[in-house]
Amino acid sequence: MSRAETADERAPGGSGPAAARATLGWGLLGTEISVLFRRRRTWAMLGALAIVPVLIAVAVKLRPAASASGRGPAFLDQITSNGLFVAAVGLVVCVPLFLPLTVGVVAGDTIAGEASAGTLRYLLVAPAGRIRLLAVKYLGAAVFCVAATLSVAVAGALAGAVLFPVGPVTLLSGDTISVGESVVRSLLVALFITVSLLGLSAIGLFISTLTDVPVGAMAATIVLAVVSQVLDSLPQLDAIHPWLFSHYWFGFGDLLRQPISWDSFGSNALLQLGYFVVFGALACGRFTTKDILS
Amino acid sequence: MTAAAPAPAIETHGLTKRFGRQTVVDAIDLTVPRGSVFGFLGPNGSGKTTTIRMLLGLASASSGTAQLLGHEMPRNVATVLPRVGALVEGPGFAPYLSGAANLSRLDSADLYAPRATHAARVAEALDRVGLSAAASKKVKAYSLGMKQRLGLAGALLTPRDLLVLDEPTNGLDPQGTREVRSLIRSLAAGGTTVFVSSHLLAEIEQICTHAAIMSAGRLVAQGTLDDLRYAGQPRVRLLTPDPAAAARSLARLGLAVDEPPAAGLAPRDVVIEARFDPADDARGESLDIVARLVADGVRVHGYSVERPSLEDRFVALTGEGFDVEG
Repeated sequence: MSRAETADERAPGGSGPAAARATLGWGLLGTEISVLFRRRRTWAMLGALAIVPVLIAVAVKLRPAASASGRGPAFLDQITSNGLFVAAVGLVVCVPLFLPLTVGVVAGDTIAGEASAGTLRYLLVAPAGRIRLLAVKYLGAAVFCVAATLSVAVAGALAGAVLFPVGPVTLLSGDTISVGESVVRSLLVALFITVSLLGLSAIGLFISTLTDVPVGAMAATIVLAVVSQVLDSLPQLDAIHPWLFSHYWFGFGDLLRQPISWDSFGSNALLQLGYFVVFGALACGRFTTKDILS
Repeated sequence: MTAAAPAPAIETHGLTKRFGRQTVVDAIDLTVPRGSVFGFLGPNGSGKTTTIRMLLGLASASSGTAQLLGHEMPRNVATVLPRVGALVEGPGFAPYLSGAANLSRLDSADLYAPRATHAARVAEALDRVGLSAAASKKVKAYSLGMKQRLGLAGALLTPRDLLVLDEPTNGLDPQGTREVRSLIRSLAAGGTTVFVSSHLLAEIEQICTHAAIMSAGRLVAQGTLDDLRYAGQPRVRLLTPDPAAAARSLARLGLAVDEPPAAGLAPRDVVIEARFDPADDARGESLDIVARLVADGVRVHGYSVERPSLEDRFVALTGEGFDVEG
């Protein structure tokens, strides 16, 4: 229903106090984001994510030789030569579990958390509108994806700059880029990973509409993230690999070549869009017809 | 909608809710006139809250229709609910936010709430329920009574045409209860229709103009408070040493004597109870019973007309579940 329609419909009954014109409704998104960042839980998760690259940097600083053993994530041993690699290593370490874990908590909590706190019925009676509430909740989760990825990247860059020398960066293709451009590349990687998490957020949102128990929705979302990666690692199932939402999670290597290859970025974005459309539609279908008995 | 005869604030036809095989609300036809303070009574589990959830579009009806302020629900939720304030099954707030922040969040969900007056309205709503001092405290530090007040404040964020209050005095101390009563009275005086559900009859009896009684999912009575009370028969209670003569006199006046006494004089005063014919109810007060009794030579040592309380009526309609002494 468009805003103009609702305003017209109100006009004939115009005696009521609410006959005033509808506002644009951005207020709810604003409060959603401010509430998200006023929660101690959000800061605890962002803080935990930020600690990961810092720990890696400190560990490598203390025992640089151990990182040259060939074990551990790619370019771990490069950190010592250039601090700018800390952010990249931190992201690689966080992608399989830590990032999906925190995103699962936020996305799984969206609707189920409101239901269990008893606030869902009041938001709907306000009336927030069911589709609008879902949209706002999804956007809130997306903002968290950005914040989560950035906190790893920024903490990694800072820790690297403090503990190691910083200089021109050698890319996977062997080319060398300036410090300034390497910051841009790091942000592109962060963007890639943020986009990677949007499909998972949509899945979490849908699961959250199915239950009034937020912990259940969070756990289910996180389990799915792990299952998707396990399936992706089984060569026998290669037919379904391109359809798994975690398939391109490590595809950001293409952004670290010269010239940049956007293929995996595009495929990833398209795949995540597909998950968003399917699970967004499922969430809408479920939530708009659900009896709110919480 | 014509200005002359506004649609009832709430009107339902055959409103039914089934969960699986269980019918929780069974074809109720509820009419809440504009401007009334309407008591929605019923024992716990009689379907009051489920009915309220259907009225507010939170739950869908299995069959039947519901209209709020003349508009079909839940189709017109977006346009009708801004004019409706509600407290549904206890307060619900984010514990990690302050009272004021919680209200601001609810206010931002309402598309029709003017942004410009946002802060002022939140402050006013808090003031109205006496929570100004605790506005910046986190809700997790609130007592149950304070949460209940905050819930009421949430219902009062913008001027409303209709307030739907589910058990508004739950958890409040006697002073709080009294404040809520006076709040409801002042809102009603300002033209707001107030729909209050409660299982506390005394509450309803003190503030309501109309009431409906639910029992096991059915609407067993509704109307003005006087209608509901007078539907029970008023009784005459007479204290006299001349029971036989009194019984004869009362019978002549058209009253049904409960237990006709034995003839002859009683050694001391005897209580005689008699019922008016309900159809004669209006005459009840005007019949000059005492004068007739005296004229018939009956010594009257005590006389009263007792009307059944709403509680008597409630128990008569809903049966077991309430422990009432006679």
